[in-house]
Amino acid sequence: MNPERSVSTTSASSTTTPWPSVWARWCSFDNRYLAPMFITCILAAGQLSFGILESYARTALAILTALVIELVLARLFWGQWPHLASAYISGISIGILVRSPAMWPYALCSTIAITSKYVLRVQGRHLWNPSNFGLCVMLCLASDTVASLSIQWGNYLPPMLIVWILGAIIIWRLQRFHICATYVVSFVLFAGVRSWITGHPFLAEVAPITGPMYQLFIFFMITDPKTTVQTKWGQCVVAFLVALGEMILRLNESIHAPYYGLFVVGPSANLIEIWWNSRQSATASAPHVA
Amino acid sequence: MQRRLLGIVLCTFFAALIAIPVVIKHVSERHAASGAATHRDTVTARYGFCFQEVAKAAGIDFTHQAPRLDPKLDHIMAQVAAMGAAVSMVDFDRDGWQDIYVTNSGEGSHNHLYRNLGDGTFKDVAAEMGVADVNQEPTGVSMGAVWGDYDNDGYEDLFLYKWGRPELFRNDQGHRFIRVTAHAGLPHWINANTAIWLDYNRDGRLDLFIGGYYAEHVNLWQLTTTRVMPESFEYAQNGGRKYMLRNRGDGSFEDVTEQLGITSRRWALAATAADLRGSGYPDLFIANDYGVSELYFNEGGARFREVGKQTGVGFAPKSGMNAALGDILNQGQFAIYVTNISEAGILLQGNNLWVPQAGTTGEHLKYANLARAMGVELGGWSFGAQFGDLNNDGYLDLYLTNGYVSAARDRSYWYDFSKVAGGNTTIISDAKNWPPMQGRSLSGYQQKHVWLNDGAGQFFDVAPAVGVTDTYDGRAVALADLWNRGVLDVVVVNQKGPLLLYKNSVAPDHQWIAFALEGSVSNRSAIGAQVRLFWNGQEQVQEVSGGSGFGAQNQRHLHFGLGKQPHIEKVVIRWPSGKVQTLIGPQIGHMHRLKEPV
Repeated sequence: MNPERSVSTTSASSTTTPWPSVWARWCSFDNRYLAPMFITCILAAGQLSFGILESYARTALAILTALVIELVLARLFWGQWPHLASAYISGISIGILVRSPAMWPYALCSTIAITSKYVLRVQGRHLWNPSNFGLCVMLCLASDTVASLSIQWGNYLPPMLIVWILGAIIIWRLQRFHICATYVVSFVLFAGVRSWITGHPFLAEVAPITGPMYQLFIFFMITDPKTTVQTKWGQCVVAFLVALGEMILRLNESIHAPYYGLFVVGPSANLIEIWWNSRQSATASAPHVA
Repeated sequence: MQRRLLGIVLCTFFAALIAIPVVIKHVSERHAASGAATHRDTVTARYGFCFQEVAKAAGIDFTHQAPRLDPKLDHIMAQVAAMGAAVSMVDFDRDGWQDIYVTNSGEGSHNHLYRNLGDGTFKDVAAEMGVADVNQEPTGVSMGAVWGDYDNDGYEDLFLYKWGRPELFRNDQGHRFIRVTAHAGLPHWINANTAIWLDYNRDGRLDLFIGGYYAEHVNLWQLTTTRVMPESFEYAQNGGRKYMLRNRGDGSFEDVTEQLGITSRRWALAATAADLRGSGYPDLFIANDYGVSELYFNEGGARFREVGKQTGVGFAPKSGMNAALGDILNQGQFAIYVTNISEAGILLQGNNLWVPQAGTTGEHLKYANLARAMGVELGGWSFGAQFGDLNNDGYLDLYLTNGYVSAARDRSYWYDFSKVAGGNTTIISDAKNWPPMQGRSLSGYQQKHVWLNDGAGQFFDVAPAVGVTDTYDGRAVALADLWNRGVLDVVVVNQKGPLLLYKNSVAPDHQWIAFALEGSVSNRSAIGAQVRLFWNGQEQVQEVSGGSGFGAQNQRHLHFGLGKQPHIEKVVIRWPSGKVQTLIGPQIGHMHRLKEPV
């Protein structure tokens, strides 16, 4: 969810022709704004075409809460004003994914999500994707008031295709397309496995990934630069393991399986990587014995 | 040091955040549990009323049977064949006692017409009256029935809507019913779950609105395709068409639906009509499953204009299953109650209570959803609901039944349901893609709600306390004063379950008044007549209805609770013809039978 540590801003090669110039500007665009812009487009398109939101007020509350908490905590703990792209994505994700007739879950979920970044840290890294953490807490502890986005925005393919294509381009530009691709392929494979085990139609098992919740999950949660491991192959393995964990949860009829899968696998992978890196550092800094 | 302190504060803050939902849940559970009371006298003293279930004692032993549709739907039969238990109140023989008509839906099963014998018991006379044997596979099975005197002969006639061929029965002076479908001009085959009588053009003859659910070309017993399910869980427009049938006055009806501008193909589950904006003409409200509700303003009986988005009721799509009207704030305007689905942690649509916004009337009428603010939002997988003053305190209360499929108690179908409901249209719309239910429940065994209106903008649930503890799969609710005691009793029918008759006992110092209207220039059932009661500085409006709730119709009489020591200033009756009649200081504790002045 936090693109701050994604690809750094690249400088454009200078050209004189108009088209390459446009391309250069595109390439030099601050990547930190890409994901917020993309998720805002999804929100706007979904709301204008299908009225997807519980209400404008609830989504606004989630976003504002996330921004305010981020500002306050960053100022308190780091002594500086933070870049708000990450908090904005957390807030807007919560505003879309949380479904509740009450207002307070939106504020509480955003607060928990942002605060978790400052509390649940190991060696300077926060372990959980903030909105994933907030959502899981709310779904577990406030299930009588909170559900997650679980239905389609119209169930029609064209809007989803647009989201997929646009999302793929942006994610490719952020150099995280391999994570999405690994997860999608793994999900479809595991859908086949689940179908084989349960005897349910394959299409029924694939159905969830055609829904809007998964678009947010795939493009914004599992690709979060701050809570994914750093090597490319490691990221692919983690995406595969998230899908595997999700399959196990789905076989146990867990409705919020993807969130819980990421909740378990993501931090575990981060901890292993932190441990591995520490070990490597310790080995490297240890005096060589002849 | 300061940083360490900050860390401790932050961790404490974080722990407190995590604890908040747990604390809120605990407090709300304690609040809910505190509503239980024990002794009937204590309950009546506390809430002003109390129910006792007396169906069997009153001679009613009815259990609904569900249809068995095409074997291609066997794997999800429990959720597809999950409607058809309906109830409508009528005094079909004009003996002054309310009778009960109940529909059944199993192939070969019989509907029941329970004649009120006036001695506290009922007798099923459906077979001898000719309205029992109406559920056969070639002509489909019943989904509901509404009563209206379409030929203005003084006796209520019966329209039966089905998944199949709809039927019209003319009431022959209360002695028998004659099937007149053949020459009535009704559609040959529909899959309808709602119909209401209304006089949309105020010509003094009752017209008929029918709302289709499955598309009318689908025969659910002989499917040619399994692609019969909704194309979307919240945006489906592949349901059945609607019918507005104008009464020609010669025993036949003319299809004027398109001419009047009603072209929707949403999946209608409930409809009701009333003059919502003071135009004198009945407006039409439709609660749709898998989509937004629709509100049609009646433009002088010449056309209907859909104003769902304009008025605010047609924006957020849900799973509408009920449409009931009530002046809940005693402000002389109707609120609309629409039921939806709420399942903890999975799908929280919440029911809608559309209350007219202050200062908006007529063409500029707008509604706000106050269900949460007023405490009537979460009702499980909600179905039928009706407004009525259950404790005669002067404020309309709300009875809600719920529960979809009660099968295995420890196994739920929700996981598989939500999996497919979120899928692409090619997946959700094809029944063969739906995983088998295999005896699992889907929002089953739910506690019902009896929401008491405190008159200050809040409803609170007293269901278990007042004796409503059943957990059947409730469908339709109808209210009537079955024993002419000046109280509203409640009849509930349950899918694949028994009929429940809740006899009401109200605190004796809570007063009431009722009106039985009969049109002369207007339609004789007086459907569409409005009565405004002005008492103790308050105003409450009620309208004679040709059907409301889900698969239900309340008694024709209008019942007003008045509270303690009431003083009635006046009663203003506006007949469907437009005539206005005023009564000054009518007798309290009395049913007033009024005929429209010529």
